[in-house]
Amino acid sequence: MRSTIAALIQDHPGALNRAVSLFRRRGFNIHSIAVGPSETPGIARMTVVVDAEHVEQVAKQLYRLIDVIKVCDLTDERTLQRETALLKVHAPSASRADIVALCTIFHARILDAGSHSLVIELTTTPATLDRFTDLVRPFGLKEVARTGQIAMVCPVHRERTATLTAAEESELDFEPNPLAV
Amino acid sequence: MSDRRTGAQIMCEALIRENVEVLFGIPGGAIMPFYHALPEYASQLRHVLCRHEQGAGHAAEGYARVSGRVGACVATSGPGATNLVTPIADAWMDSTPLVAVTGQVGSALLGTDAFQETDITGITLPITKHSYLVTDPNELPRVFREAFHIASTGRKGPVLIDVTKDAQQARTVPVWDVPMDLPGYRPTYEGNARQVREAARLLAEAEHPLIMAGSGVIWSGGGEALRALAERTGIPVITTLQGKGAFPDDHPLALGMPGMHGWVHVNRAIQACDVLLNVGGRFDDRVTGKASTFAPHAKIIHVDIDPSEIGKIVRVDVPIVGDARRVLEALTEAVEPRDRSSWLAEIREMQEQHEHRQSYRKRPESSALMPHDVYEAFDRIARERGGYRVITDVGQHQMWAAQLIEWRDPGTHITSGGAGTMGFSVPAALGAAIACPDETIWVICGDGGFQMTNQELATMRQEGIRNVKIAIIDNGYLGMVRQWQELFEQRRYSGTPLTGPDFALLAEAYGHRGMRVTDPAEVDGAITAAWDHDGCVVIDFQVEREANVFPIVPQGRSIGEMMTEGVAE
Repeated sequence: MRSTIAALIQDHPGALNRAVSLFRRRGFNIHSIAVGPSETPGIARMTVVVDAEHVEQVAKQLYRLIDVIKVCDLTDERTLQRETALLKVHAPSASRADIVALCTIFHARILDAGSHSLVIELTTTPATLDRFTDLVRPFGLKEVARTGQIAMVCPVHRERTATLTAAEESELDFEPNPLAV
Repeated sequence: MSDRRTGAQIMCEALIRENVEVLFGIPGGAIMPFYHALPEYASQLRHVLCRHEQGAGHAAEGYARVSGRVGACVATSGPGATNLVTPIADAWMDSTPLVAVTGQVGSALLGTDAFQETDITGITLPITKHSYLVTDPNELPRVFREAFHIASTGRKGPVLIDVTKDAQQARTVPVWDVPMDLPGYRPTYEGNARQVREAARLLAEAEHPLIMAGSGVIWSGGGEALRALAERTGIPVITTLQGKGAFPDDHPLALGMPGMHGWVHVNRAIQACDVLLNVGGRFDDRVTGKASTFAPHAKIIHVDIDPSEIGKIVRVDVPIVGDARRVLEALTEAVEPRDRSSWLAEIREMQEQHEHRQSYRKRPESSALMPHDVYEAFDRIARERGGYRVITDVGQHQMWAAQLIEWRDPGTHITSGGAGTMGFSVPAALGAAIACPDETIWVICGDGGFQMTNQELATMRQEGIRNVKIAIIDNGYLGMVRQWQELFEQRRYSGTPLTGPDFALLAEAYGHRGMRVTDPAEVDGAITAAWDHDGCVVIDFQVEREANVFPIVPQGRSIGEMMTEGVAE
């Protein structure tokens, strides 16, 4: 089971280290991590995919860090997920057409070609990336670089929560969740 | 020109602006610029030269714990900084407000394995509430302001400020009117009104409710509020080790301490209760025993200022994030009173069935001095005299102190709870003695812990401290480990027998008064003489070597499974 956590953190030296350290402390393996600028200058967005099931406690402890501004456990949310991969595939003329055909099916782009290999770019869900990788592997997979998954809650869901007025929110029969985006 | 200051001068002025009066520390290469500036501010900033940085850290903790203010300590880079790691970890575990300032090698040398360079912000990352590495003196005013704000608000804790040597030396014009930049730090103080109402409803409907008070009640100044709630509702109160003093032990509703060395009737009451209100405690494993079996019939209300504590160990029915005092006040207002006398009588009956606290001692067939004799005498004399604080260390003596002394006021019982740091007490007493010069600061410690940090006796002498009295419960063992070895490991006393110097003579060597007590008849006289002596005193109470702390819940077991006597013949 994998869990996905997104966090907004201050773009300071050491901030990422502090955040990642909480997963290390629990012995959770980080499957992927993607960090980059968010919509707010000076604030970075970090998306962590962890090989662990119960991450609520880590999410709360993450929120406790001074450098962390928002935390969202996306595991059970309706999210859009994307990841980009670059794959260098062995592609002599005999198999090249088959590989190009696969790229067409998956809407992958061929970025560069050499006499014996192709470099392919594919942006899709992590699961589809896994499938594509498995399909090209028999041709001879020379090198793979993946960005790590990023995720965003679907707009439909967002609009619903955004339309809640303050009064309606206070009627929710649970503590306002400090982790909610 | 006159406004230009060195980074070191700015550091001193920042400390003064944060109302720091005392600084515990030791100089060294990378912090020398700071020490060079320090004498200019001597009238406002007292520096106490400790004998080990660990001592400086614990002294700052002791100062903080009795005064409620932020403790401050200072050390150089490398080993100076790493020696602070233990007190920083201790402050982290016990939520003690502490600011540790360390010197660092010049910024050009960072990461080069320079002489006395250690990555102290990296080392302390998981045990600080926050930390700073400062390479630019212009950042110092903001960093110090944020550090003291973070250490002293919300759930209190340690903050480290590591300042490179060049940042201490460089000159700049400090800008003090600089805002804090902490968008991710907004502690919640007021409990959610809906949750408070729900908690009040549960408490009002409960037949067998209990209140468990932890250190959050003390830090928030919530002692009176706790008393008001207990008295309005008639709900009995349990105080955890760190909550000792939050509620007077001699109050009719006071039950005592829960957990591994809690009283039988307290643990039984927890297992029987239908609503448990934990306010300002974190369900430490020493309190809960096997957490899945803790309070099996209870709806649990957990009040904590730190949201990450809620639901960490036990399931919680009503979470309330907030300041203990404010939530207690809100609850008192919201709750309907109800007669709980039959429930209290039930618990008191359980208490009667089990032996009285003093009878848990197993006096051997000898006239040996029992530790219990010392506590009984101390409790009696202290009650008559008043005006004291007690700092305990870690081990058997610590549990006996929590069990056998009646704690009545917040801030009178200071101990290393979460981290369980042996060697805490003597330096912590140094800090407490400076914070409370008109009170008598008692240390109760073991002969093992005493030997870890007793060099601070020299600091006490140098600083002219006269109000520290140290009672060593000397059994020639690392007693708590020995007790576990006796009870659970077939008396295999591996690594626990311990010799010491002549502690009385050692005290005299440091310029204090030393005494030795071996006879039960001498205990009263020794404690009284120590109290009356104008100066620090060390009393070596040579006690029965194999006395045990009872009751005990074996580790990992349910608190329902208590041993009230041992297997020792």
